[in-house]
Amino acid sequence: MTKIVGLINVFALLSLLAVGGGTAVLPQMKHDTADLHHWVTDTQFAEIYSLGQLAPGPNMTCVILIGYEVSGWVGAVAVLFAFFFPSSLLCYVVSSAWDSARGSPWRDAIQRGMAPIVIGLMLAGVYAVGKTASFNLGRGWEFNAITLAIGGAVVAILTLTKLNPALAILAGGAAGFFLLP
Amino acid sequence: MSEPVPRVTLAQIFGAFALIGVTSFGGGIVAYLRHALVEQRRWLDEDEFMAALEISQTLPGLNSANMSVIVGRKLRGPLGAVVAVLGMVLPGAAIVMALGFAYVRFRHNPDVAIILSGVAAAAVGLLLQVTLKIGWKQLIKPRDLAFVVVVFLLVGVLHVSLVVTLACVAPLAIWLNRPCAAEGKRTR
Repeated sequence: MTKIVGLINVFALLSLLAVGGGTAVLPQMKHDTADLHHWVTDTQFAEIYSLGQLAPGPNMTCVILIGYEVSGWVGAVAVLFAFFFPSSLLCYVVSSAWDSARGSPWRDAIQRGMAPIVIGLMLAGVYAVGKTASFNLGRGWEFNAITLAIGGAVVAILTLTKLNPALAILAGGAAGFFLLP
Repeated sequence: MSEPVPRVTLAQIFGAFALIGVTSFGGGIVAYLRHALVEQRRWLDEDEFMAALEISQTLPGLNSANMSVIVGRKLRGPLGAVVAVLGMVLPGAAIVMALGFAYVRFRHNPDVAIILSGVAAAAVGLLLQVTLKIGWKQLIKPRDLAFVVVVFLLVGVLHVSLVVTLACVAPLAIWLNRPCAAEGKRTR
């Protein structure tokens, strides 16, 4: 029971902090779930995140796997609710009010001011996942060179082509199977 | 042609968002939403869509979920919003659970472990690419870049909590972009 309350607390707060989407809260999520509460290991966290990339819909629905890992179906449902309800309720209330504040110059100011913060948070998210998935000091240099190369190749391919991202992710899995020691 | 929008049923809303929820791979949900809501069903016009997107991006929460709330609310009020979010989230959640079970069953298989390492490495690339695509405008403006770097260092490297970081940095960033300052720059 205390675990369920803990899950709800952590994910409800993350929900309200996710300015700019789920990637922005990845470092905080990793810190809370892996380092602080030890619900999952660093590697599990990175793998759960990758599973989310393979599934359709909002990528961050993978958070329910953390809930399941902690306390089964109840945990999964609790996390789903905690992660989506607070921000959705806030969005409902604010978008109603926002409609009447249309054209306010402060709206612009908030958007311009928050934009670089969102990008900084997203980069911190890349770093948080990448520390385990792309450059892991616990593995040999060959392994790290290949994982870094896979990541770099995905960046290049998605920048230069309109390939479906899910295919790039699957290709990464295939590359891992054939190349990784 | 300002005829009132024909009343959309809750089942139609759920169906439309569930379809987006199961067909959108790889995080480009905004593109799928625009196609389904503006072009196919004409529930929103282009301007309404952009306005909804701006609010979604400014507020916390996933863009896709926030978009569902706003569009659902516009179409059918509170129930519409609830149904739209459920449609967006539940199919993906079911698939993620299925993947999770497969993962737990097979993760000790060395082949699976190594495939997942490749997938995880590729996912980092995808994330970086999306960040660069959204953020290149911020990365080439010195003042914005300074905020990007400060936030990255605070949260990513120094592990300062997100609450503290946002409370310190966001008011400053918004103040520097306040309406009169922007006005002054334009006239200068």
